[in-house]
Amino acid sequence: MIWEWVIKSIIIFFVCVIGFAYTTWFERRFLARIQVRVGPNRAGWQGLLQPIADAVKLIFKEELIPDRAYKFAFMLAPVLTMAPAIIVMGVVPWGTEANFFGRTVELGISNDLNVAVLYILSVTSIAVYGIVLAGWSSNNKYAMLGGLRSTAQMISYELTLGLSFLPPIMVAQSMSMGDIVAKQQESVWNFIPLFTTAIVFFIAVLAEVNRAPFDMPEAEQELVAGYHTEYSGMKFALFFMGEYVKMFSMSAVFSTLFLGGFAGPWVNQIPWLGLLWLLLKIIFCLGIMIWVRATLPRFRYDRLMKFGWVVLLPFALVNILLTAGVIELFSL
Amino acid sequence: MSIYNPLPIIKGMWTTLKSALFDKTVTLQYPEEKRTMVTRFKGRHHLRRYDNGLEKCIGCALCAAACPADAIFVEASENTDQERFSPGERYASTYEINLMRCIYCGYCEDACPTEAIQLGHDYELAYTDKRDSIITRIGLLDAPPEGAEGTPQEVEPGVFTRSIPVMEDPK
Repeated sequence: MIWEWVIKSIIIFFVCVIGFAYTTWFERRFLARIQVRVGPNRAGWQGLLQPIADAVKLIFKEELIPDRAYKFAFMLAPVLTMAPAIIVMGVVPWGTEANFFGRTVELGISNDLNVAVLYILSVTSIAVYGIVLAGWSSNNKYAMLGGLRSTAQMISYELTLGLSFLPPIMVAQSMSMGDIVAKQQESVWNFIPLFTTAIVFFIAVLAEVNRAPFDMPEAEQELVAGYHTEYSGMKFALFFMGEYVKMFSMSAVFSTLFLGGFAGPWVNQIPWLGLLWLLLKIIFCLGIMIWVRATLPRFRYDRLMKFGWVVLLPFALVNILLTAGVIELFSL
Repeated sequence: MSIYNPLPIIKGMWTTLKSALFDKTVTLQYPEEKRTMVTRFKGRHHLRRYDNGLEKCIGCALCAAACPADAIFVEASENTDQERFSPGERYASTYEINLMRCIYCGYCEDACPTEAIQLGHDYELAYTDKRDSIITRIGLLDAPPEGAEGTPQEVEPGVFTRSIPVMEDPK
């Protein structure tokens, strides 16, 4: 019994790490194509070995720790940013029960956790600590400012994120991810009746992940590199990884809540197909994140905070009321 | 018009999507596809030859005098009829250009009386050893044209008697 979740955890960990590597590849190629250029295509066929080349380079880089940096927090910060991203993948359902060489195996680590959404919300809040520690422990004014800005941004948009989790829960009458997907399989995928909530959720996810147009904290033109200025080599790789794995796992959560998760044609007959459908939806969400990054300029910091508190938060509250109306109207 | 109006954002995103799906990339895949330079591009130097295979350079060192970066070193030697390199009295037996000093201005090309030194289109001049930054006469000389032999040539005495060859007007 214990081996089952250990093996699944190891598999999910490797899915996240490989997903991170190939998300960077996908981003560089897609971003390049939007900008009418090609992107890396020399390392291996179509540049597919580029992430490996980057990883090898980062491993060989010299690790510099600033002289008066607070070492313990300096080394802990990347881990605190990275770990919550992978932990979130623990509740994403990849399918129902499937047959694996005679044993019935549940596709996903804990599909039926009855407080799954609360779990996701609490775990993403821990990631904020990583950033504020990184900024503060670097002993660098600009890193500190970047860290503070990022922290303020993340906690502001977390409120909107939390409120946007409510409509799918109201539709499914349960906080368990498995139940949310089951409800979408019976009726219609959530992004159709809950269209405005999906948009608000997506915007809040972009702000949580510190991704353009909300990437002021790591804006190269503004604050050198913001909170990760003083990091080099493997620790920088961990921050980078944290951002992309967060993108990946929040895309998985978005797909599960609004795009029907592992649901798709023929999933009931062949449960393993659920893996494929969820992966395609994650790639679709990542594509939209990259598309938004390529198009929009950065928010100025005061506008970013105003947008989060004055526009998105009330809109998220209104969405909850609208959802109640939609549920009554269409007897969901 | 409120700054929170979503319509321009949607129009902008449609523009980027269009350029992703429909525009051809402008990237040249470098070692396989190279960009051609304009006709007057000032790249690496070449020492030219006449159609009969003799070198144009007569070793006068006017290029070395004209060079603002002092990149050219010339030593001249006498031509004999048994071993003739150029149609004049002398030829450049040592001709070295230091590519690290050269600023590719083209003054040497302007100063040359026989149009021997010319700046061509070659821009791929990277080297890994600092000693390779000095190119010598052998590296700079053009290959002999079709049908002519290279230098040194053995010629009949009495043909090339002028110390400075016949100049032609630039065409």
